This record gives sequence, C-alpha cells and structure tokens, in this order.
Amino acid sequence: MSEHIVPLRIYVAIFLALLVGTALTVWAGFRDFPGQLNVIIALTIAVIKATLVVLYFMHVRYSSRLVWVIFTSALFWLAILFALTFSDYWTRCWLGPC
Amino acid sequence: MADSASIEHEASHAALQHHFENMEQQREAGTLGMWVFLVTEIMFFGGMFLAYTLYRSKYPEAFASASNHLSWQLGAINTGVLIFSSFTMAMAVYSAQIGKRRNQVVCLGLTILLGLTFLGIKAIEYHEKYVDHLIPGKLFPRNPFNASTVHLLPGASANNVEMFYWIYFAMTGMHAVHMIIGVGLLSVIMYFAARGRYGPEYHAPVEISGLYWHFVDIVWIFLFPLLYLLGRHLEHGG
Repeated sequence: MSEHIVPLRIYVAIFLALLVGTALTVWAGFRDFPGQLNVIIALTIAVIKATLVVLYFMHVRYSSRLVWVIFTSALFWLAILFALTFSDYWTRCWLGPC
Repeated sequence: MADSASIEHEASHAALQHHFENMEQQREAGTLGMWVFLVTEIMFFGGMFLAYTLYRSKYPEAFASASNHLSWQLGAINTGVLIFSSFTMAMAVYSAQIGKRRNQVVCLGLTILLGLTFLGIKAIEYHEKYVDHLIPGKLFPRNPFNASTVHLLPGASANNVEMFYWIYFAMTGMHAVHMIIGVGLLSVIMYFAARGRYGPEYHAPVEISGLYWHFVDIVWIFLFPLLYLLGRHLEHGG
C-alpha cells in the first residue's frame, strides 16, 4: 500500500485552525471595514478554511495528479459559470439607462 | 502468465473486485469516481451560490436586513458542530488506516451524532423563521410571508427580503438534504465497521463517504458567512 497516512497532529492542527477561522470570520463580520472589504475578508477566510479541508481532511495534498486535475476542473468550470453570467449582468447598464 | 495473475489475485484481499489489478488500483479508482461526483456537486451548489451573489449585488440593503434577522449564534454553533464532525470523520478514516476498529466505530458514531445535532439546530432555526412568517411565498397558507418582523435597513424592500429567504431556504435546505443523506451513508458504514469489515488494507468506503461528508462541510463553510454574517456591520458597526 502506497497510501499516505496523515499524522494525527496534522488533523488536530487543521481542526483547531478551522475553529480559529470560524471565530475570526464572526469577529470580522461585526467590524465595519471600508468598501467591500467585509465581503473580501469573509470570502478569504472561507476559501482558506475550504482549502485546509480539501488538502488535509480530504487528502488531496497526498493524492494522485489525476485527483488534482479533476478537482481543479471543478474550479475552472465554476469560474466559467460566474464569469460569463456576470459579464452579462454587470454590464447591462453600460449602454444607457436600464 | 494468466495463472500467476490469478494466483496473485487470490492471494490478495477478499474485497478486491476481479476487474482491478490490486487493492491500490481499486482504491484509486474509487476515490477518483467520488471526486468526479463531487465536481458535479460543486457545480450544483455553484449555481445557487451564483444566484445568491447576483441578487445580493443587486439588493444589498434587503439582503443585509434579512441576513441580520438570522441567528448568527446558532449559525456559528452549527459551523463548530460541522467542523467537529469533519474532524471525527477524518479520525474515523485514520482509525481504519491504522487498524483501530473500536475507535473507528466510535468516531463514525460521533460523526453521525454531530450531523444530527446540526440538523436539530437547523430545525430550530427553521421553526423560528416559520413563527416569524419568513417562509417565502404561501407554502403555509395560514403563515404567509410577511417581512414585518425584519428590521429593514434604508433602501430595503420587503419583496427583496423575501428573495433572500427563497435563496436561504433553497441553499440551507439542499445542504440539509445532503446532511441527511450523509447521516444515512455513515450509518451503513458504521454497521459494517462494527462488523470489522474495514482495516488497513481495505477502507475505501470509509474514505469515500468521508470525502462526501467533508464536501458538505465545505458548502457550509461558505454558507455561514454569506448567509449569516455579511451585513452585520451595517447594523452594529456603522
């Protein structure tokens, strides 16, 4: 078996990091940051938490290249979904009133 | 050649299917299949996240008002519960990998319990929304939607508050359905784990169910700040 066994302390560290991230996102949610910074901070923390879960709890860090490709393809298609939709909605008012 | 291959096959684990060369290949194939399924799940939830982003950018005041009415405390507790359940799930896989059967069953049991706790808290939240007339539309004819319990920020309209609750119930509802399926899956896995089916050589079903469970956790990691927290600062800070 060439399966990689993630050591216990890494699981515990990730678990604690996720809890800290949750506390941080709640704290940041109540602070009034300038502009769209509240959204950016909330999403950044969420992306970091999700990345930790994917890499360590879901073992992607230790998985084959093929798993990487498949997971990245999801992000790629998601980016297409968002980019094409918003290229419509966010530009509708550029050519006159709407 | 064919003989030596079949002898090798027989010498390996009983769980090895005939169309795989060895346990490693079988495990890889299973994991890969689960990831392909998870990609479709990401796209499925992605569509709802898209709807959320679109309407939130169009009606930020209404979305902030409606979002502030949710209980961030219950949302935060549920986030903690789910993260803890993801940890116990990871521990169940780990226990299988190192061959600790008792720990494996205990961890799976804990994961199921935490999943049910999450669903229980979710039910309390849904009931609060029902009492406050915040179930969108006229799903409950005697409790039609009425935004009067929501403190509307300047520029927020009741119709758009209702839009937030459509999205809230669609997203958290689909998430809850996934949780229920996950609890069902893990119950089956726990039954087989208790009978000693999974060990260091064979634990693909535990691993794959774990992938699903972690995915559902990740969806919530995004749902919590987006639905419960964005807009808080408009009420409290500003």
